[in-house]
Amino acid sequence: MTEQATRPVPVRSIGTDLRRVDGVEKVTGRARYAAEQRADDDAGEALHMWLVQSTIAKGRVRRITAERARSHPGVVDVIDHTNAPRLEDTDNAELAILQDAAVGFRGQIIALVLAETPEAAREGATLVDVEYDVTPHEAELREDNATYRPDSVNPDMETDTDDGDVDAALAEAEVIVDQTYRTPYEYNNPLEPHATLAWWGEEEGRPVLSMFDSTQGVHGVVQALAPMLGLEPDQVRVQAPYVGGGFGSKGEAHAHVMAAALAARTTSGRPVKLAVTRQQMFALTGYRTATISHFRLGAKADGTLTAIEHAVQEQTSAIREFAEQTASPTRMMYAAPNRRTSHRLARLDVAVPSWMRAPGEMPGMFAHEVAMDELAVACGLDPIVLRERNEPEVDPETGRPFNRRRLLDCLHHGAERFGWESRAAEAGVTAEGEWRVGTGVAAATYPAMKMPGNAARVRALDGGRYAVAIGCVDIGTGARTALTQIAADALGVETGAVDLAIADTRLPPASVAGGSSGTSSWGTTIVAAAQRFRADHGDSPRPGLETTASPADDPTSEQYAFHSFGAVFAEARVHRWTGEVRVPRLLGVYSVGRVINPVTARSQFLGGLVMGLSAALFETSYRDPRFGHVVTQDLATYHVASHADVLDVEAEWLEESDEVFTPMGSRGVGEIGIVGTAAAVANATHHATGIRHRSIPLTPDRFLESVRA
Amino acid sequence: MDPEITLTVDGTRQSVTVDTRTTLLDALRERLGITEPKKGCDHGQCGSCTVLLDGRRQLTCLALAVAHDGADVVTAGGLARDGLHPVQQAFLDHDGYQCGYCTPGQVCSAVGMIEEAKNGHPSHVSEDLEGGVDLTDDEIRERMSGNLCRCGAYAGILAAVRQAAQA
Repeated sequence: MTEQATRPVPVRSIGTDLRRVDGVEKVTGRARYAAEQRADDDAGEALHMWLVQSTIAKGRVRRITAERARSHPGVVDVIDHTNAPRLEDTDNAELAILQDAAVGFRGQIIALVLAETPEAAREGATLVDVEYDVTPHEAELREDNATYRPDSVNPDMETDTDDGDVDAALAEAEVIVDQTYRTPYEYNNPLEPHATLAWWGEEEGRPVLSMFDSTQGVHGVVQALAPMLGLEPDQVRVQAPYVGGGFGSKGEAHAHVMAAALAARTTSGRPVKLAVTRQQMFALTGYRTATISHFRLGAKADGTLTAIEHAVQEQTSAIREFAEQTASPTRMMYAAPNRRTSHRLARLDVAVPSWMRAPGEMPGMFAHEVAMDELAVACGLDPIVLRERNEPEVDPETGRPFNRRRLLDCLHHGAERFGWESRAAEAGVTAEGEWRVGTGVAAATYPAMKMPGNAARVRALDGGRYAVAIGCVDIGTGARTALTQIAADALGVETGAVDLAIADTRLPPASVAGGSSGTSSWGTTIVAAAQRFRADHGDSPRPGLETTASPADDPTSEQYAFHSFGAVFAEARVHRWTGEVRVPRLLGVYSVGRVINPVTARSQFLGGLVMGLSAALFETSYRDPRFGHVVTQDLATYHVASHADVLDVEAEWLEESDEVFTPMGSRGVGEIGIVGTAAAVANATHHATGIRHRSIPLTPDRFLESVRA
Repeated sequence: MDPEITLTVDGTRQSVTVDTRTTLLDALRERLGITEPKKGCDHGQCGSCTVLLDGRRQLTCLALAVAHDGADVVTAGGLARDGLHPVQQAFLDHDGYQCGYCTPGQVCSAVGMIEEAKNGHPSHVSEDLEGGVDLTDDEIRERMSGNLCRCGAYAGILAAVRQAAQA
């Protein structure tokens, strides 16, 4: 693979409002998502598949009897652990389904029903008779069982850190905040449920698995599945031309993808279509663990932090570990000479948790930023002044300089825009009619990341046009549009001269659409390929000439700490008699490097703010520890923000460019909008009512007694 | 014996054999290959499957196909038969979408909702139950709340519907 060091891109289209290049397909409904795709014409009509899930949390399947299911009209086959194709590698216990009789959580896939129609498949699944040997399970996260220390936390961070002498500093501190903060189980719930269309064929005498999958990364699906199926990567093709949101839940292949691949292995080439139901998503497609954050802040009377301790308790699944890095932002957010962080898990017999928008930062910064608000109150300081007093000179975690850290610029700009100056110093003193009114602020941060393993291809076409190819996925972020702009500027042509191809593993490899790393990783790669193409083939290349390249390792990547920052301002109104919380104003101001496309970036920020607002006010889920299942497993019981809940939400950003991080000057925008938002809302409800809540969601009942009193 | 029904979808009359358990949504998506209406929850909780059924907005996942023999269905695709519908153009103008999965339902819902308002149907937030409806932002938000957008593109959708309603 050719590696190319990149130079900053002269911007022409970058920074302008190019409308989404796939807009017409989306507003007309013609965009085809995974379950709407068709296999190759010669593969035949797809069979419909329905999943049979365990109704116990732990134990073994003693016997599965499929006679009743098989005799249902339209049912073609029932596959369980006794007759499923064998996998060559079962280390990933989430994906290694139907290989043995073990049940590790309630909702686990234990059988597959294939039928000619979705109705028959669904009915057939209810007719599969399952007997179990039940063993006792543990499905409840508690402070007394979250004691397991993982080797690392997501993705590969240290589990614990300990700098200085926290206990001594706390003993001497003039002001202490010592509180526990909690966030609930949260479910990504993209509007498009996960779906996979899979079929097997043969190419050059070797079996080939083809899939349309609703995924944030087609190459990642191949990397996960191919070795387990005993295939070389080029024997698996995955396409994802349109994906209806992901928010992390489609970042890795989950068990249903393997279910479709295994089932399709048994049908002599006939495609198998699996549309996961909304209810099944709550057991199968990942979620955010509940978190318990024990915070101790020690400070001088003027608010200067002397010690920060953040001890996290959360849960993972006993069958596969995922340790949310909840204390990670605490390690770099504020200056403090003494700092200790830790993560301890309960290993429960439950579904496998996974990435959900801003894993780590979202729950961690909720805790940290409410704690900071409490410290501001305790010190009698404006919360913005408190943060001014705790700005670090360099990154507290690595000792490297930030490139750059503009948190205070975000706070100050936001304060001006929001009218922060007129805020009452005291909490619980402002009312308008039957509403108590308050405002709150919180800081936001998210690391800037570029992923390895990307390559892009640039090919000259007729008429001065260029084909640009990279196998990344646009899950709704606007990647297709932003990358078209980057490619155009990198090649020095109009956006209309770029034919961009994405979302297919037959294209050069691309990393996942996650961690706000997509545009940085893929854009840098496209720039590398374009600049290499120009170096190799000049400005007037013969049609057909092409270059495939990856970005060379960047020597500056070890010299700086790359993070984005933001400030979130919220106005909350809490109804005196009903406890209802409304958020009439929400403003985020961000420092994220250069914005590639103001329209799509603004939508990302607003979407993050809305999801943070949704988390603040509504999102929570109840797992019944007696049975290990999620009770609130649909959109009527797991509430997400609707139109009527979202009032005036605005996002702005600082004009800047980070050309040390990427040749486009950008740093990534997808996650940071959700970070700090729930804290800003919680802090605003405190300012409105004087009632300090340390957990979300802020449901009306929680304000009732005290507000009335 | 599976029943056969006739549907007019986006102006084209079609006969289709369904199962008595088949929803109108599955009849469209799985039997006729018309995938403009999306399946987001299959329980009437998200709005992604909204179409105009005999001129009114309808959740097709909550409608049994056999109960709608002879019905006239217009999807987001049908709204664009003679070029983009003004509501669709407004969604483009105001970037009222990200992933696009809820969008066809949002578009159909907005078209139906604007018509309801013109006909004076009050909503939960209407001050005056007898007089005409002024589609304020609060009215639009309330009337569109059956259509969830997890990407959180509500600000763009609001602006789009506001523009389309004033046209």
